Amino acid sequence: MMLLETKLLTKIYGGLTAVEAVDFSLRQGLVHALIGPNGAGKSTFVGMVSGRTPATSGEVWFDGQNISAWPAHKRMRLGMAYTFQITAIYARLSLFENIALAQGMRDQDAALDALGRVGLDERLDQLAGDLSYGHQRLLEFAMGVAQSPRLLILDEPTQGLSESEIAGFNTLIRSLAGETTILLIEHNMDVVMSLADEVTVLQQGRVLSSGTPETVSADPLVQDAYLGRETC
Amino acid sequence: MEFGPHLLLATLEGAVGAAVLALTALGLSLVFGVMRVVNVAHGEFYMLGAVVAWFVASAMSAHPAFGFMAAVLIAPAMAGLVAILADRLVLKRLHYDPEATIVATIGILYIMQQTALMTFGPEARPVAPPFNTRIPLPWLEYGENGFNLFYPWGLSTTSYKLFVIAAAAVILVSFALFLSRSRFGLIMRATQLDRETALTFGIPVERVYSLVFGLGAALAAFAAVLIVPIQQAHYLMGADPLLLSFIVVIIGGLGSLRGTVVAALLIGMSDGIISVFFSPTLAKILATLLVALVLVFRPQGLYGKKRA
Amino acid sequence: MSPSARSFLLHLGVIAGLFVLCFTLSDYHQGNLARIMVLATYAIGYNVLFGYTGLLSLGHAMFFAAGMYGLGLAMQYGGMSPVPAFAVGILTAAVLSVVVGVLALRTIGVAFMIVTLMFAQSVFLIILYFGTWTRGDEGFVIPQAARQVLGMDLTDPLIRYLAALLLFSSALLITARMMQVRFGRVLIAVRENEERTQMLGYDVFRHKFLAVLISGSISGAAGAAYGLLFGYVGATFASVQYSIFPLLWVLLGGAGTTIGPLVGAVFMFYLIDYSSGFTNAYMLIAGLALVLLVLFARAGIMGEVRRRWAPWLP
Repeated sequence: MMLLETKLLTKIYGGLTAVEAVDFSLRQGLVHALIGPNGAGKSTFVGMVSGRTPATSGEVWFDGQNISAWPAHKRMRLGMAYTFQITAIYARLSLFENIALAQGMRDQDAALDALGRVGLDERLDQLAGDLSYGHQRLLEFAMGVAQSPRLLILDEPTQGLSESEIAGFNTLIRSLAGETTILLIEHNMDVVMSLADEVTVLQQGRVLSSGTPETVSADPLVQDAYLGRETC
Repeated sequence: MEFGPHLLLATLEGAVGAAVLALTALGLSLVFGVMRVVNVAHGEFYMLGAVVAWFVASAMSAHPAFGFMAAVLIAPAMAGLVAILADRLVLKRLHYDPEATIVATIGILYIMQQTALMTFGPEARPVAPPFNTRIPLPWLEYGENGFNLFYPWGLSTTSYKLFVIAAAAVILVSFALFLSRSRFGLIMRATQLDRETALTFGIPVERVYSLVFGLGAALAAFAAVLIVPIQQAHYLMGADPLLLSFIVVIIGGLGSLRGTVVAALLIGMSDGIISVFFSPTLAKILATLLVALVLVFRPQGLYGKKRA
Repeated sequence: MSPSARSFLLHLGVIAGLFVLCFTLSDYHQGNLARIMVLATYAIGYNVLFGYTGLLSLGHAMFFAAGMYGLGLAMQYGGMSPVPAFAVGILTAAVLSVVVGVLALRTIGVAFMIVTLMFAQSVFLIILYFGTWTRGDEGFVIPQAARQVLGMDLTDPLIRYLAALLLFSSALLITARMMQVRFGRVLIAVRENEERTQMLGYDVFRHKFLAVLISGSISGAAGAAYGLLFGYVGATFASVQYSIFPLLWVLLGGAGTTIGPLVGAVFMFYLIDYSSGFTNAYMLIAGLALVLLVLFARAGIMGEVRRRWAPWLP
């Protein structure tokens, strides 16, 4: 079953086409990585999926419903979660308050579980802004998990993290695989190759190639445009 | 008086108001445009100009023209200095944060207004105009012998009022030239476009901000010196020009001198004309509601053109 | 002791303290404190929007005046008794909040400040324009004979004090409770990071709108109570000055703290009262306080107490 589909999704910023007629589909339970050079339209695309960015034209379908006209908060309530590329936690609130807000303030245990998953459950009263950068990224991730979403959108979760932290993140994401469908924007090709079931390459707002990691990395178009330069 | 001559009179009064408003609003627009600071105390710099003009004029015992001349030079300079001081002591330390600077300029508003109350007092005080010849105005009427020129009773203006209009026009034109031709004008426009880039090009942005804030206040003070021989100086006189300048800046949009001047002429003239024929309170109600609704439904009115 | 138990005890202590004070204070200070409690209620209403939701309004006098004129006109021309007139006052402010909320919340930041300022200015001018009924700047007096509730004379200093205390305690306890439940915590989340809150699935507009409604209604209740307890209704209470006062009280007392509004109102009231003894330029104090607070003490008195000594402070 397709959890997420987009049809001819397009975004034009003042005459500049950022995303052009993207047809995309994501089957329930898979980890799908979205890759492409800077400015390819990846963040704009997930922005339109999540409702942060209004689409110029095209449709977004989630779980069989056309949600194109829905505001972001309604999409989230339907079962999406979105973690920001630039850390967006509540810096002046405690870790507990951060995670409780994410969980919806209904089930304290579920909230604490999500914090426990990233190993931050010992610091409930600490202010989120006092955490190290790596821990803030973990909190951001935990907040996404605490929403118990059906679709988790991760916008470059490993950006700015060290090698060991990235490895930790890999384990975390893998622990969700199967139960949560994940749409992942990622620059780090090792992460993509080890985690993703499917990969879509965007270039200049269009889908350049799509398929399993193996087929995509074997695609000469992709090798030409992106992988060759990015991996060296 | 009949309708026609009455309208001419209202238009002339409106033109005086519009001329002064254009100068005042230009100051507010300049400060918001370059610094992104909404200066709620702008009206008080206007008031300061009028009050200083009164002090200067009453200190000079010679012909009123000398007092006026001195006031034209001293009052804007004083207002500018006070503004630069306020910028250095307060706004700069707030890093020009938009919301904090509004709260701070409200504080500055009360500090200036109440200081004027303590020193200048609660009375309204007049300043003598440098010259004030009454100029009767002719009106055309179609009678038995074709068109016929006559001077209706009450239809007149004064040489001073015409001077106010001319002086404001001269300042506006020179200011436009100053912005487009001078080095400082260029620096100001560069800072307005992009503060960060201006900094990397070695423009001393903080000093530019101080000067712009001072210049904005000086424009308001100059406008007040022009008007004070017609309306008296009073410590509460800053409220109306502030409101009207807001309206002008919001309706006219920012970024262009022309927008501000056109809006000032429009608002100033219609305010003058509406106030003659209708209740001034009603005119103000409509104007404030209009501004609020423009901001609600066309926010780019305040921020100039939308950025991509 | 849990933070919520502590904050409950604190609020109970404040209310008990105010109750005891009314028997120990001189007549002069008793009258002042009754006035301060009504003004602090106004500040509590302001704090809901500014302190907790992070929306800086420069036009709250319109809600205060709506409550005051709603009550005053209902009593003066509608011949209503105080209790239903008080309800009319709150309702007037609530309706105004709905209109202002729907329009002003389309804007953010500086534009929100200017829009609220302009709406309040329109309300002030409308009161002046309909001077035939509102008596404009002069205002009108609600006669002593009309200010009776259940056989109690609201002009009696002690009863007036207790009525003000009842109003203040209700506003304090309601808002304190509100900030502990889900709704209030989401308001704080909106203040801290609006976009993040939306992306967690909360309807940000709905929360901000309700905050305007609650804030405006509490301010209106304070305005209605002021008219009723002190027997005067005038356009001054709709002027810019009365929009700046609650901002000043809340900034001084501590934005986003439950008892900050009271602390700020007490300090500012006595500061202005003291200075008006030797100058008519008493607003100078308000101006200086605003500049100094913004420059050096944005957290205000209770915010500073919370930071240094009592992180649990509600």
